[in-house]
This record gives sequence, structure tokens and C-alpha cells, in this order.
Amino acid sequence: MMGSENEAESQLFASREEMENLVLDEPSDNPNGNGGSKSFSDYRSVMSSLADTHHPLSPPLTPADSDPLLAPQPYRDLRNPSLSHDNNSYIEPPAYADVIFSPFDENTGSEINGIDSPGRSSDSSLSLSRSPSSSSDYIKITVSNPQKEQETSNSLVPGASTYVTYLITTRTNIPEFNGSEFGVRRRFKDVVTLSDRLAEAYRGFFIPPRPDKSVVESQVMQKQEFVEQRRVALEKYLRRLAAHPIIRNSDELKVFLQVQGKLPLATSTDVASRMLDGAVNLPKQLFGEGSTVAPQDVVQPAKGGRDLLRLFKELKQSVSNDWGGSRPPVVEEDKEFLEKKEKMNEFELQLSNASQQAESLVKAQQDMGETMGELGLAFIKLTKFETEEAMFESQRVRAGDMKNVATAAVKASRFYRELNAQTVKHFDTLHEYLGLMLSVHGAFADRSSALLTVQTLLSELSSLHTRAEKLEAASSKIFGGDKSRIRRIEELKETIRATEDAKSVAVREYERIKENNRTELERMEAEKHADFSNMLKGFVLNQVGYAEKIANVWAKVAEETSGYATDSA
Amino acid sequence: MDQQQRSSSGYSHSPRSPSSQPYLSVSVTDPVKLGNGVQAYISYRVITKTNLPDYQGPEKIVIRRYSDFVWLHDRLFEKYKGVFIPPLPEKSAVEKFRFSAEFIEMRRQALDVFVNRIASHQELQKSEDLKTFLQAEEETMERLRAHESSYFKKKPADLLQIFKDVQSRVSDVVLGKEKPVEESNPDYEKLKHYIFELENHLAEAQKHAYRLVKRHRELGQSLSDFGKAAKLLGACEADGLGKALTELGAKSETLSIRLQKEAHQLLMNFEEPLKDYVRAATIAERANAFRQQCELAETMKLKEINLFGLISNKTLNVPIQLKEDSEEAARRFESIVRLMNEEIVRFQDQKMIDMGRAFHEFAKGQARLANNIADAWRSLLPKLEACFT
Repeated sequence: MMGSENEAESQLFASREEMENLVLDEPSDNPNGNGGSKSFSDYRSVMSSLADTHHPLSPPLTPADSDPLLAPQPYRDLRNPSLSHDNNSYIEPPAYADVIFSPFDENTGSEINGIDSPGRSSDSSLSLSRSPSSSSDYIKITVSNPQKEQETSNSLVPGASTYVTYLITTRTNIPEFNGSEFGVRRRFKDVVTLSDRLAEAYRGFFIPPRPDKSVVESQVMQKQEFVEQRRVALEKYLRRLAAHPIIRNSDELKVFLQVQGKLPLATSTDVASRMLDGAVNLPKQLFGEGSTVAPQDVVQPAKGGRDLLRLFKELKQSVSNDWGGSRPPVVEEDKEFLEKKEKMNEFELQLSNASQQAESLVKAQQDMGETMGELGLAFIKLTKFETEEAMFESQRVRAGDMKNVATAAVKASRFYRELNAQTVKHFDTLHEYLGLMLSVHGAFADRSSALLTVQTLLSELSSLHTRAEKLEAASSKIFGGDKSRIRRIEELKETIRATEDAKSVAVREYERIKENNRTELERMEAEKHADFSNMLKGFVLNQVGYAEKIANVWAKVAEETSGYATDSA
Repeated sequence: MDQQQRSSSGYSHSPRSPSSQPYLSVSVTDPVKLGNGVQAYISYRVITKTNLPDYQGPEKIVIRRYSDFVWLHDRLFEKYKGVFIPPLPEKSAVEKFRFSAEFIEMRRQALDVFVNRIASHQELQKSEDLKTFLQAEEETMERLRAHESSYFKKKPADLLQIFKDVQSRVSDVVLGKEKPVEESNPDYEKLKHYIFELENHLAEAQKHAYRLVKRHRELGQSLSDFGKAAKLLGACEADGLGKALTELGAKSETLSIRLQKEAHQLLMNFEEPLKDYVRAATIAERANAFRQQCELAETMKLKEINLFGLISNKTLNVPIQLKEDSEEAARRFESIVRLMNEEIVRFQDQKMIDMGRAFHEFAKGQARLANNIADAWRSLLPKLEACFT
């Protein structure tokens, strides 16, 4: 897909770029006459370095190349300082628009909050836009330098297997970190571990979803492309984590980013071995030994745990819930929550639709720019032909006019494509929020499963109480007491006490998760307001700016050819 | 509609010029669908305003259909050898397509241009057939149209036969079936090559121009879809954000309409002239080849005479008739060639003007569109500000 095809494409485009640059390197309108051709070669070297590994601390060059939407490389223009001058002189926008507005430019790329000028990576624009004057601390994470390494520990399979590690560099001024700049090597498995630990520790929060394992893709794609794609995804993921106000302070993240060598987080074992362990415990549980749920275990959902019995119980509970069994007591706020959930679903639906239409719009703008450019080039060729092969004077005159039109078309084409590069960045907000929806679903699922645990424990308690009552009633009928029954009652009371404890823990946990949900929702609302506001304003400002530029280009030509005008309306 | 031609040769076209000046101005308007089913066709109103004595003035309106224009074209083509007869718009092969509003408008415009070119051409404007076309009653036209096929089958004169032969040979040459003339005038070759190249370049430019029209339409469509989606999203949201999204959506839909309009303008004022240029280039090509053939025919005729002379034992008593015929032919050919040379220059000049105008319209249209877009989005900014404070 990418890789070699990109090379070919960049070759093809290279010649078109060349032609365009030839067209536009008119001394009259381009002060840096050679800016075009020089930066063209920069661009090419940038393209070819895609495949190579580059310096660990160099900013990533391809924030969105993996995004199929942005496949055509031209949008990631890193060149033409002259153009950016044009931009700034044209618009007198408020400060933020300046940052959002101007195209990629390494020279003017301002490091606000330590985060690059927009477009380096999509989510940096998120934090950038919300760059609150309140927090001046920052974390900037870069993922680079993928390398193959060999499995050192002896595995069951003979012959060493290889895996890829990535260099994760962090720059920060937060005091809790040791140092302001450091790097570690991590592999994808480590990221999975990090993600799992975070999911456990931060239930109820909107945790950014981690990149997929992509087992199929890793086999099907070219190794280089796949690694590159993964590198980009990892960077996005880590940056999102760092952008989350709670998670960025987590121990798990700190450890992940700092601790050299093997990642000291508990790895997630696979499901099978968990089930195995669970199966071992099951008979013990059924026979009444160790049947209590350890309170701390209650904090985690039953699914994916080792406690099969608990799994079954909760399953039974959820079934009885569904079939309208005994109403669980915790219901009241649920109505409000259900409303919010409903709204969230509606939002997600419309967001998805809007995101799709935004993509179509971007494509249409792209096509417009392309075709305009092709038209311009066709006229250039025609002009060249007419000037060289002219047999009549009138042809030379016409050639002059044609050249003006052609040049204007090529310029307009460039503007369209620049506009589009910006538009893409703005609409990234829509895509980001779609991704956020996943986190929201996860957080809501945490809540549901916590509630389920509570309900299970409650109903268990009630059945335990019932049994105890029955036993006591039966026992009291026998004068002097029933030794075995009394013993059993005592045991039961023990169980009840333990279950009560577990219930308390579960309820606390549920409340905690509910609270997390609530604060996260609030945070999201506020951020959504800010992010969407920036997106809309940015988008509109861009449209205005570029439309003005394009209008000027054409107005000049209309002026130049006004001699041909007729009086027709 | 062109009421005022830059290169007014012969009559002027402004009805407003002093009445002493002769003028002839024609316009093709009001396409109307007539007939039913398979036999349906479009009729046009052809309005002639003139003070010429031969014409029924000052104004005459007749109804004509496409095949009437074809008749006129063919008649002129037959009668005026060497003259570049302006091209007709293509006959559409696709039934359904025939009656799309856009196609009808395109055709109307092209027919208008066609007639006006004839009316402004020094030679052609004097044509009887033109007069017939502009003035005759509809029934007369119908009869003439019907006779068209039979009329040209009978060819009495020798000279006309030669022309017919040459015509077919021209197409053979153009199609590359025949080898080109050995000793041909280098000027003709040069022009032939030039026209060929020009046609290729033009065709490419026209292709992109047509695509550009499509892009305008597509952009318009996506703006409309996006606008709708934004409105729906806005409905989910409360207060400022919801309102902002709704406003954005509405603006987007407005611009969609504007873009569709511009697409149409672009088609009419830019793409069509380019297409027209391509058609004209084809004619020029054929005419050039024809010119070549005329010279060839002349040369061969002369050779024939010489050969005859040799065979009949160097007597210089060439049959009088043959000699006269060949001299007549030579004169005819020469005048054709001279005429054609003039035509080519005229063609180039006209083209320069046409293209210049097309470029101007294109640039003007794009500038206007961009300004409209800028204004529309700009007007949204204060609203957005209000929504977010």
C-alpha cells in the first residue's frame, strides 16, 4: 500500500511538483525565487526518509500518513517559507487562529506548552487548543527508532523469536518525574500491559483505547509499513494518556515511561491459564472451603478473573435482572444516567455521520485542487506549444493570456491543497471524539459491571440470611440446641459477615466509579465545547482566508484579460 | 448571446447603430420540446433583426430545429469550398440525454454561436441559403430538409465531381489511409502538424475543464451533505455549541447551491468554448488537407495534359476542350487556395478572441465564486463568536 507505491507516487508527483514550481518561480510573485525548487528537494528527502529510522528526538514526520484519508503525500508540505509569509500577511487573525491557521513550517513552528505547531499529531491540537493558562506543566512523548530484538529467555519453542522495540522519549517539567528528559525501550506487549493495568486501576474513567494488536495485519502488511503504522499509533496513544488530567499522574504511566529494562508491571496472563486456575479453585468453593469472596477481589469485575464461581453467580444475577427478577435497590440515579447514556448514543451516531461527511468534503476539496492544477498544467503545455510553434502573431498574443490563466490555476490549486491540509486537521477533532466514545463505553461498562457485582452480593446476602433464619428456626425447635446445626449457623454467620464486608467494598467501588463517570462527563462536556469551538472557528477562518487568496489570484487575471470582455451580463 | 462581434466584417450587428449602416443580427432562443416519444424534438426560435433590403425586416422570427441547422451547414459546406464553415454542435446519440435542461441550453448556445458566425462572415453572410434559413416559412424548410438527401446524389458537372473525389481523398489522407503527396508544399505540412498538435493539447485542456465542472458539482454536493450532518449534530447539543453547528450547517448548504450554479456557468462559458475550439481545429485540419489535395489535383491535371502531348507525338494540338477544362480547373483551384489562406488567418484571429473571452469569463467566474465563498463564511464568524461566549 504505502512503501514502494509511495515512492512511485512521489516520483510521479515529483515531476508535477517540478512543473508547478517552474510555473510559480516567477521572479515577480515569488520573492524567494529558488525557494520552490530547493524545498522541493527537501520534500523529496523527507519522503524517502519515511522508510528509514530517524533520530530519536526528531519530531515525527508522519503524523497522519497512516491515515488512509490522507494518503496523498502532498498535504504534508513542510516547505515553502515564502508561502507562510503570504499567509501571515494576508490575515490579521487572533492569536490562536494564527497557530491553527498557518501551514506546516519548521521555522515558525511555535512550541506552545512544549507541543509542536498543529499538525504534528492530531491530538496535540486538542491539548493545544485547550492550552489553559492555568497549567504550565507539560509532558511531551515521542515514539521512534523501531528496532528488532531477540527473545533472550528460553521459550518452549526452539529458536529465538524476534520482536520490535520502540524508543519512547519523554520531555517534561513535572516534578514527580525523575528528570526532564529521558527515554526507555518498550515493546508492544508492554503497552498492552500498561493498558490493562490502567483499565483495572481507573475504572469509570474515560481511558483512551490502546492500539489494536492487529494480528492479521502484522502478517499481511509489509513489515516496514506495519512497524511505522504501529509507531504512529503508539505515539498517539501515549500522548492521549498524557493529555488526560488524571491518568497522566498515574504510577503505571510513570513506571512505563521511566523505568529502564523490563517493565515492572504485572503482566496480564492469558484467559486459558486464568480459567485453569479458576477450575482448580472451583471444587474448593463448591465444598464450602474458601467460598468467601476476598473483598479486594470484589473490586475487579468477575469476567476475566479467576473466580469461576463468582462468574457464575454474577451471570445468574444478570439473568435474573434481565428477566425482571427482584428489583435491585440501587436504581434512582440510574434514570438520569440512562438519559445521559441515551444522549451519548445519539451524539455518537450524529458524530459518526458528520465525520463521514467531513471526509467527503475533504476529498472533494482535494479533487478540486488536483483538477485545477491539472488544468493549469495542460494550459502551460499549450502555451509552450503556441509560443514555440506559432505560425501567426495572434497565437503569441493568445499564448500570453493563456499563461496568465494557467499560472493562476496552478496557484489556486496550491491554495486548495493547503486549505485542505488545514481542514483535515480541524476535522480531526471529529475523529478524535469518535475515538473518545470508545473510552466512554468502557467507562459505562465499568459502572454496569460494578453494579452487577453489588447486586449479586446483595441477593447472595439475602439468600444467606434466609438460610440462616431457616436454620435458626429449625434449631430452636430442638431443645438444648442441635450441635451440628448450631455449628452450621455459626459458619453461616461467618460467611454472612464476610459477604457483608465484600458488599460494602463493592458498594464503595460502585459509588467511586459512578463519581468517576460523573466527573469525566463534566470534563468531556467542557472540553467538547472548547474543542468544537476551535474546530468550527478554525475551519471557517481557513475557508475565508483561502477563498480571499484564491479570489485575488483570479481577479488579477480577469483584470488582465478584461480587453476581451463583452457587454453581456 | 453575442450581439457585438469584435471582428465585424461586413455588416455590423448592433441594432442600435445608425440606421444608415447595414446590420444583420441573429439570435437563437427559447428551446421548446415538441412532439411525443421517439419523434420528440427541440425547436428553437430564431430571431433576425436586420435592415438589409433582401430581408423581411426589421424583425423576423422563425421556428427551426436542429436538422434545419444541419441543412444550412451542409449547403454552405457544398457551396463555399475553401471557407471554414463554423462547426455545429454534435448530434447526441443518447436518447435520454437529449432532453436534459443543461444539454438543451448548451446546444442552444452553440447553435446561436453557429448562426452568428455565419452572419458575420464576409462570404457566408451573402449566402442565399442563409437567407432561406432565416426567413423561410416552416413548411418550406420542411420540404427543403426532406429533399436534402436526394438533391446531392445527382452531380452533373465534371468539376463538382472532382471536388467530390477530392473530398473523399481528403478523409483518406486525414485517416492516414493514403500516402501523403510527395512533393507537397512545406507550409501545408507545417500547418498540418501544427493543427494536429494543437488539437491534442486542446483536447486535453478541454478534458480537464470538463472535470473541473464535475469537481464543482461534487464539492457542492459534499457541502450540502456536510451541512445536513452538522445540523443534525447541532440538534444533539445544547446552547451555544448546538446553535453554532446549526448555523454552520445552514451556511454550508447555501454555499452548495452557489457552487452548483458556478458549475453550470463554467460549463457554458469555459468548457463549451474549449470544446468548440477542438471542433474548429478538426475543420481546419480537414480544410488544410483539402487545400493540399487541390494542389495535387491541379498538378495532376497539368501532368495529364503533358502526357497527352507526349503520346500524341509531340503535337501541340492538345484538344481545345481538355485544355480549357484544365485551365478552368487550375483557376478554380488557385482561387480556393487563396481563399483558404485567408480563412486560416481569419480563423486564428477569431480563435484568439474566442479563447480570450473564455479565459476572461473563467477568471471572472472563479474570482466571483471565491469572493462569494469568502463573504459567506465571513458572515458566520460573528455568529460563532456569539455562540461561544
